[in-house]
Amino acid sequence: MKLLTANFVQCTVKACGSSPDCFPLHFDQQSPDIPLELAHEDVDYSPEFIYNILPRIEWTALLTTARELGNAQLPEKKPEIENPHAPENEQLLKDLHTLLLETQVIQGSMRCANCGHIYFIRDSIPNFLLPGHLVQ
Amino acid sequence: MPEYLILLAQKHESFRKTELEALAELEQVPVDLSGHDVNTPLLYVTLDSEEDARRLIRRSILVRSIFEVWGRGNPLERLHEDVKRRTSHLWPRYKDVSFKFDVISYRGSRTKEEQREIIESFSFLDFEGPIRMRNPEEVFTIIEEYNAASVPINDPRVLKDICFGRFIRDGQRDIIDKYDLKKRKYIGTTSFDAELALISSNIGLAAPGKLVYDPFAGTGSFLVAASHFGAMAFGSDIDGRQIRGTPNSNIVTNYNQYNVKSQFLDTFVCDFTHNPIRPSFRLDVIICDPPYGVREGLKVLGSRNTERYADRLPTRLENGDLSHLQLDYIPPKKPYHFDALLDDLLFFAADHLVDNGRLCCWMPTANEDYGERDIPMHPNLKLISNCVQEFNKWSRRLLTYSRRPRDCPSLDPIAKSNRAYKEQFRDKYFRGFSRPKGDVAFDDWEEKSL
Repeated sequence: MKLLTANFVQCTVKACGSSPDCFPLHFDQQSPDIPLELAHEDVDYSPEFIYNILPRIEWTALLTTARELGNAQLPEKKPEIENPHAPENEQLLKDLHTLLLETQVIQGSMRCANCGHIYFIRDSIPNFLLPGHLVQ
Repeated sequence: MPEYLILLAQKHESFRKTELEALAELEQVPVDLSGHDVNTPLLYVTLDSEEDARRLIRRSILVRSIFEVWGRGNPLERLHEDVKRRTSHLWPRYKDVSFKFDVISYRGSRTKEEQREIIESFSFLDFEGPIRMRNPEEVFTIIEEYNAASVPINDPRVLKDICFGRFIRDGQRDIIDKYDLKKRKYIGTTSFDAELALISSNIGLAAPGKLVYDPFAGTGSFLVAASHFGAMAFGSDIDGRQIRGTPNSNIVTNYNQYNVKSQFLDTFVCDFTHNPIRPSFRLDVIICDPPYGVREGLKVLGSRNTERYADRLPTRLENGDLSHLQLDYIPPKKPYHFDALLDDLLFFAADHLVDNGRLCCWMPTANEDYGERDIPMHPNLKLISNCVQEFNKWSRRLLTYSRRPRDCPSLDPIAKSNRAYKEQFRDKYFRGFSRPKGDVAFDDWEEKSL
């Protein structure tokens, strides 16, 4: 799972939907059965895509996720970009590209801060299915 | 304005105009397509420039080629006159280029000798460049159209119209073969026909810079198709086995096979009625073929036995461990009504699509009792097209909706659909679409959770 995806998924328990704590899911507590594993994988750089997706990013949540995964380099405020092809924006867009699309959680777990439910990620694929007692 | 001839594939006729309209919108090419006729593969249009002609069809799956029209007329002498009248000022430009001639006959045929005679009748163009059968700089094409067969069928067909055109470019029919399921490494029982998946991606306006989602991704047929056109794609499915595949054969290996790996975002396992995508997150396109229960059971999370989890307590194994924390835990699922799933899908699309973003959704219908009211509707989604692929007793339709801009909301109240869920498609399918005996009894469906 890439960090972009982590920025748009929340707890799927219906009762958590109204809680501000259901997003983002947290990487701060990992199960010993599936230790957290990150990887970098090259993705062709597309300034167009990063520019289009940036307004949809929840920046505070991205800061939290990045911090929990060991990256504290992000600016506190979401950068504003007017022209994705301007040379002065290139480095910033490339950094965002690396963070959002090239950083992968290969395995680990994500925790809902509201209900405490744990979602596992294996082979880069998160599983959002719920056990019977959490389905309404 | 210059006239162009679009030569269409004689396949999926009901999708051709919709695909061209979508491409015209995507490429911002102004064009009037009202001349489209499902009975002929020839479509004459006027376009601002050759550049527009190239852009209009460069992604098309259902366009074979586009030609700059140099003249039209029947018989041949009238065509010659029209070519002289329209294009004599252009001839010097092509005087020395390498070229060849082609003859295409629709609903008719010509022998090699006849073709040569027709081609030689254009010697007045006075082209002096080399004739090259391979990779010529220009291809001039004579396109004949004959009238439909009359009775008796053996009558020689009557020539209706002849067009002389300069070839501009082909569409992308060549990639249908590249994406053919027979050559794809990872497929499953629900993998979707490559040609129609590519057409769906065109109609959905999948393009570079955009984010495409398939909530019933299965083996990822729509994901690779959308990514072929440069979109970033992600998908989910309740069936983790299909999403995961095997270590050497899965959705990611398909992406590698087609060399579009950089357009793959992610896949995850989820139940659509418990979707993890946060409500504020916007998508550009949703393309899907929802499960209608023939090749795969239509199930969602939950238990058939409503009492089973009434205490809201997790299940424990005999040793006291929580079952759902086991790596091999399989959550309970229950059947769901296809119409309810479609209503859920429309609500989801209305919430998540960007303004003017598109939902392309396939839906099966039984030919015996299809009616307009079977098409699911949502006040914030405008139905753009309803393309149909017919089989013997049933059809499948590609329904395309556009998200109405949020600053001009619909006047209709947004309420849960109150349409009565009828007999499911799968039940009709398995009874062979025969008339049901007496009243069909089917389960009472619980109130949907939206």
